[in-house]
Parts: sequence; structure tokens; C-alpha cells
Amino acid sequence: MRLIFPVLTVIAALVAIWYAVAVPMNIKGVLVEAERAGAVVTPETPAARRDMSALVLVATNSFAIPATWAQDRPRLPAPHQVAIELWETTIEKKITSKRSLVFHGWVTLSATMLGFLIGSAAGVLLAIGILYNRAMDLSVMPWAIASQTIPILAIAPMIIVVLNSVGVQGLLPKAMISAYLSFFPVVVGMVKGLRSPDAMQTDLLRTYNASPAQSLWVLRLPASLPYLFTSLKVAVAASLVGAIVGELPTGAVAGLGARLLAGSYYGQTIQIWSALFGAAILAALLVGLIGVVQRVTLSRMGLSQ
Amino acid sequence: MTGALRSYGAFLAVPLLAAVLDLRLGLVLALWAAAWALNVWLSRSTAPAARAAVPVVFGLTILALWEATVRLYAVPGVILPPPSAIGARIATSLPILWEDFVQTFIKGALSGYAMGALAAFAVALLVDRYGFLRRGLLPVGNFMAALPIIGTAPILVMWFGFDWQSKAAVVVVMVFFPILVNTVEGLRSADRMQRDLMHTYAASHWQSLIFLRLPAAMPFIFNGLKIATTLALIGAIVAEFFGSPIRGMGFRISTSVGQLALDMVWAEITVAALAGSAFYGTVALIERRVTFWHPSMRH
Repeated sequence: MRLIFPVLTVIAALVAIWYAVAVPMNIKGVLVEAERAGAVVTPETPAARRDMSALVLVATNSFAIPATWAQDRPRLPAPHQVAIELWETTIEKKITSKRSLVFHGWVTLSATMLGFLIGSAAGVLLAIGILYNRAMDLSVMPWAIASQTIPILAIAPMIIVVLNSVGVQGLLPKAMISAYLSFFPVVVGMVKGLRSPDAMQTDLLRTYNASPAQSLWVLRLPASLPYLFTSLKVAVAASLVGAIVGELPTGAVAGLGARLLAGSYYGQTIQIWSALFGAAILAALLVGLIGVVQRVTLSRMGLSQ
Repeated sequence: MTGALRSYGAFLAVPLLAAVLDLRLGLVLALWAAAWALNVWLSRSTAPAARAAVPVVFGLTILALWEATVRLYAVPGVILPPPSAIGARIATSLPILWEDFVQTFIKGALSGYAMGALAAFAVALLVDRYGFLRRGLLPVGNFMAALPIIGTAPILVMWFGFDWQSKAAVVVVMVFFPILVNTVEGLRSADRMQRDLMHTYAASHWQSLIFLRLPAAMPFIFNGLKIATTLALIGAIVAEFFGSPIRGMGFRISTSVGQLALDMVWAEITVAALAGSAFYGTVALIERRVTFWHPSMRH
């Protein structure tokens, strides 16, 4: 209760601000429509209104406020418009329909999951390699860090186009971008986690004459799990971003990114916002799912606080 | 000695075997094996210079392998240009690259980064002052930091127009939450004893903030600032895909992909990578100066 009440207050405040901001954002468009419908608007010509501040327009035309929350193509749609669009495109549409957000979400989710699996598996393997091979530690780690300063998302379109031209199509190009983005947090977290057992523990295994493989299996891997889960949460969110951006250049066929792009081409702001919220909900679900797995696993291992 | 010989033998055997199947593959693998053997040898040395050379050799190896593969297999330039062609392109189109760099990095990314960071600090100080806000805003902020915020780019481009203002706006939104969350986390990191000491000195909220909690928060703040450097560059470039004037790194990348001028794309990527690394490095250097007392900075 102590936690939920402040969060709900903050969310309520954000929604209220959103409604308030939507009024001045949309007022000019609403007034044009109202004028066409024959209503009396205070400065009568659009030319006179153009240079006026939106707040003054709201004050002089207060009758138009409700209409700012019900426009067809608003600059900023009101929260309930987005909610209704989300409801209609997820629950009411058949999921096979091209207009269903579930369909687009599934396309994005499958690329995200494939990329996430490839990326985190590669990350774990590389971390084990770095742990056991000095040359690899010295040569790969600086470049792994440097590779993250390259804005990979910015070149995602090129990767997609190039892979398309050599015949790799569909899920895989997007998944590769997701994999690249999700791989780094896993490497860093796993290297930290695999090195987390202290000298006492490693010394104990040495007195048992344990082989490197044995010490990896019974000590280092279990000890690294808390670190692994934390980085998996970061990785899955990054992976989703990768999949969405990977969809931008493919000509807006399917997926949440394609919905964003199509919405921005045709000025369908409500569609953009609903795709955005769809992506947000998807991200929250994925991170939440890993959180649940983390809690169950760590409590069964007796590691949870 | 025999063990070392045997491990070097493996480096020889694989390329030889491959050369029987395909001479070009054997050559590429031999190059790889030679460079890797050099690195293994270097990494066994204890001299600092040798150890510093290891990542450099690795990077050069990747470049050499790339060049060799593209040349030996005659990969067409529209799929993957060799590094030498990219270098030549950079040398011939410096003015264009500079213009794009100014448009995207200085006007878009840097100004947005500064505004976003300042806004995040201001909100963080406010949030820190009121426990209610902290309990409410921190979960929301954490949630927002994990969201695909880059998706707001089309909306912001619609609102702020095609020029750099909309790119700066995307960057502001992208860097805001990571910096906010890290700063708020950092302001709570001073431990009980230290806070009690401030209390016994009858320090006011602002005094304890300036003398204890802000310095203690610096490692966290810089963590957020470092994460935000890459986000800023990504935000500025990706926002240009949704509309931009006829200059800018994102614009050049998307149009050059359309013209199949992949050497130009790679030239822009090189600039972006250098700018991103330099930006990150600068922030890391400032961090070193500011948080010299932190255990992670000791050698």
C-alpha cells in the first residue's frame, strides 16, 4: 500500500498533465474544424490565429476544449483515445487481421525472442571464454565495450537492406540486430558474475582438486545467476528496441515498428501512440516475466534476500 | 615447451587443412591463426606495453581479415566494401562528413544531451527532497527507462519540425530517464553513519546535499551520464530517419543505402563510432577527475 499509493498518484498526475497539454496542442486544428462547421470562433480568420499563442486561443474559445480531446487526427491524442484504439486493435480485432496490434506485436515479439536467445547464449559463451582465456580477455573486452559506442541502431537499416540483398529475409535480419544489442549487457554481467566467488570459495574447490570445468559448473555458474538475471532484463528490453528499429526500413510491412512508420507517413497519430503503448506493454511483460523467473529460481537456490 | 608447441601446432593444422579444401579460406584462416598466436604470446608477457598492444593487434587483425576476405572472395562493394575503400571515401568526402557531424552530433545530440541531463538533475533533486515523490516516481522512471523510447521519434519530429530541434527533443527524452534513475539512486547511496554525522553537525538539507550526498552520488550520476552518451547519438541519428533537412548522419545513411553507396554509409558509421567513443571517453575522463576517491578508480 505504501508503495502503490505514491505510484498511482504520480500516474494520475501524468495523465492529468497529458489531458491539459492536449488542449493547447490541438486547439488550432479544432478551431479550423469548428469554423468550417459554422461555429463562431474569436479571431475569425486562420491567418489571424496563426501567430497567436495557443493558450490565448484556449482562453478565448473555451467552448472548443472538449473537442480537443476527440479529434480524428490530433497532434496529441488524449489518453482515452489511445486506450480505445488499443482496446479496439487488440481485443476486438481478429488476431489474423492486418489491423490487429496483436498480429503486429507477435511479429515483433518473435524477432525479439530469437535475437534475445542468440544474443544471450553468445554472451554467456563469450563470458566463459573471457574467464578462461587471458588472450581473449585482453583482446575482446576493450572491443566489446567500444562496439557499444557504435550507434548500431543507426546502421540497423543498412544491415537489413544488405542482408536482404544477399537473400537473408524475414525474421533473421531483425533478430541479428536484437542479438547484437542484447549480447553486450549479458557479457558484462556474466563476466562480473563468474568472477564474483571470493578467494575462500575458489580455494576450497582447489583443495578438492576440482577441474576448471567442475569449478565452473558447481561454483561459478550458480554464483553468476543473480548477475545474469539482472543483465537479462536489460538485454530483453534492448532486444525489443532492436527489433522495432529493425522493422523501420523494411517498407512497413508488419510489426510494431512498421505501425509506427505507417502512422508517421499518414499522420495517424492515434495509431502511432497505440503502437508505442503496445511496445511499452510488451517490454513490461517481457521484463516482468524474467523478473518472475528470477524470483522463483533464486528462491529455490536459496539466494534471494 | 612441448605444450606450447602442441598449441601452436593447432594454429598451423587448421589453416593447412582448410587450404586443402579451399586455398582462399586457408589464407584467411592462416592470417587469423598467426595474429591470434601473436596475441596469445603478447598476453603472456607482463610488460605493460605488450598488454596494451593486445587489443590493438586484435582490432588490426579484424580489419586485415575483413580486407582479405572481401578481396579474395571478390565480394561486391554494394554488399560489403573493404576497409581501404571506406578509408578512401572518408578522405575524399571530409566536408560532407563534417557538415553531417555538426548537424547531427553538435546541434542534435550534444544540445539534447545537455538539456536532458540538466532536466534530469533538477527533477532528481526535487524527487530526492520529497520521499513521496521518490516512492512514486522511481518505479515509473525505472519502467520508462526500459521502454522503447526511440519510438517517440516520429511524434517528436511531427511536433518540432524536420530540423535539429526535433532531434534534440528525441535525445532529451531518451537520456532523461537513465540519468534521473541513476541520480536518485546515487543520492540515497550515502550510508547511515555519514548521514548521522551530518545530522550531529546540524547540517541543513542543502548543506548535507552539497557536502555529503552529491559527492557520494557522483559514481552513480556518471554511470547514468555514460549510458546516456550512446543513447544520445542513437537518438539523434534514428530521429533523422523520420524526416530531416538534406544533411545529417542519419539522412546520409538512409539515402546512401538507397543509392547502394555502401562506402559512404560505412564512412558515416566510422564517424559515428569515433564520435561516440570520443564522447564516452570524455565523460569517463571527467568521471576519473571527479570521483578519484572511489575504489573502482584505484589501480
